[in-house]
Amino acid sequence: MVRFDNVGMRYGAGREVLRDITMRLAPGGFYFLTGPSGAGKSSLLKLIYLAERPSRGLITLFGHDLATTPRRELPALRRKIGVVFQDFRLIPHLSALDNVALPLRVAGLRGERVRNNVAELLRWVGLADHLDARPATLSGGQQQRVAIARAVVSRPSLLLADEPTGNVDERGAERLLRLFVELNRQGTTIVIATHSESLIRRFPHTRLHLEGGELTTTMQLQAEYQ
Amino acid sequence: MSGLRRILGGPLDLPLERDGSGRFLPWIVALMVYIAALALAGMMALHGAAERWQAALAGTLTVELPPGDAARDDAVLAVLRATPGVRRADLLDKAATVKLLEPWLGAGLDPGDLDLPRLIDLRTDGGAGFDEAALATRLAAAAPEARLDDHHRWVDPLLRTALAAEILGASIVLLVGAAAVLSIVFATRTGLAIHQGAIEVLHLIGARDTYIARQFQWQALRLGLRGGLLGLAAGGLTLAGFAAAGRSPSLAGMAAGLPRLALTPLGWTALALLLPGAGLVALVTARVTVLRSLARMP
Repeated sequence: MVRFDNVGMRYGAGREVLRDITMRLAPGGFYFLTGPSGAGKSSLLKLIYLAERPSRGLITLFGHDLATTPRRELPALRRKIGVVFQDFRLIPHLSALDNVALPLRVAGLRGERVRNNVAELLRWVGLADHLDARPATLSGGQQQRVAIARAVVSRPSLLLADEPTGNVDERGAERLLRLFVELNRQGTTIVIATHSESLIRRFPHTRLHLEGGELTTTMQLQAEYQ
Repeated sequence: MSGLRRILGGPLDLPLERDGSGRFLPWIVALMVYIAALALAGMMALHGAAERWQAALAGTLTVELPPGDAARDDAVLAVLRATPGVRRADLLDKAATVKLLEPWLGAGLDPGDLDLPRLIDLRTDGGAGFDEAALATRLAAAAPEARLDDHHRWVDPLLRTALAAEILGASIVLLVGAAAVLSIVFATRTGLAIHQGAIEVLHLIGARDTYIARQFQWQALRLGLRGGLLGLAAGGLTLAGFAAAGRSPSLAGMAAGLPRLALTPLGWTALALLLPGAGLVALVTARVTVLRSLARMP
């Protein structure tokens, strides 16, 4: 599904923030991307969700070599990826419902059925009473659930989450992880960037560990409990 | 209900109407359209006047002869009338000649006071059957002292001036259009900067550049049409005022000699086209600006 071969990345003319990354993410996999702050976790995710381009190396996404894929074909690839941004990045003037419906709108879907599906999804994440609420009127946890609903509404093949548990307590974080596990069971490949060791020990996963922009460990770990 | 309306394709994902980036755009477009309307009307009036001047003089020539030789005058008239393509050749009497001089020398002039030349008013069919060079040769043979005047000497500078004024008017329209384009580019870039965060989100969730550009282009079209309508209305009122002033007996003297600003239906149609023109320029400019900006994103 995702393949990196000797990928390096730098912002502008700065130093390389990622060096010689080589990895494979298999369809249906569940991955934790770990490492200290500044290790390059967010940069690695940005390469996967096509917000940045590598300065060297090859990335293959859904079978497409990104070096040779025309720019006009990238939106179709992006629609297969759901992203939960660290800062949620909800659009302030749109309601929760409209924010979640956005990926469907850009894909050209409209109508009552779309609204019903989106409303149902918001009910699933516990926001049935906040369909028309603007992000500014929602708490951090509620905004996060809207962001998650937006990331999964188009049933992406790959779900990326950047520090999704940073704004919730431990109980909320565990509930969130169980949601991701459920999505993973339904076939979605999950990549979660986090540095919460206590949390990731509880879930089955493959761990990708970054140190100073280099991928130092890739290991398959069992959950302490499921 | 508002959510449903949005999903059904009504309002924009980006709150462009409320961000202030295009607040002054309708006023700028209105001013541009107003100036363009006046420049266009001026151009059309000058063009019409030049055409009328040319039409009035087409197929007319004047032959000027020194006075005092009636037999030669008759001979010249005979030569002229026998020339192919000549419809009429009339010798002006002294009274008619004096009347021609009235604007310069005043009324009440005694024809006997001046040694006036004899003038022959010549009308040709204006077609290919008339050869002015051949006529000049025949005239020179009949009366070497005769002078053939085809009026180009004084009409040509007028036509050149009218043409220069038309080019100036067209340049004003082009400059105004360029200024409008720059204003729209500036407003669009401001909107792009204001909504950069939301645009990035749209981009990352798979929106095509054209999807994002569409939001800006329809907003620019709305603002362009609003401004265009305002400018056109003001321009129309101004031109109607000029036309009314031209018809007013008390003001007509001030406008004597100037081309009439009253437009033909075709002229009004051309002016009305400024409205869709302003909208189209706004739409295309905003679209191109957004697409060029988005092309820099990965």
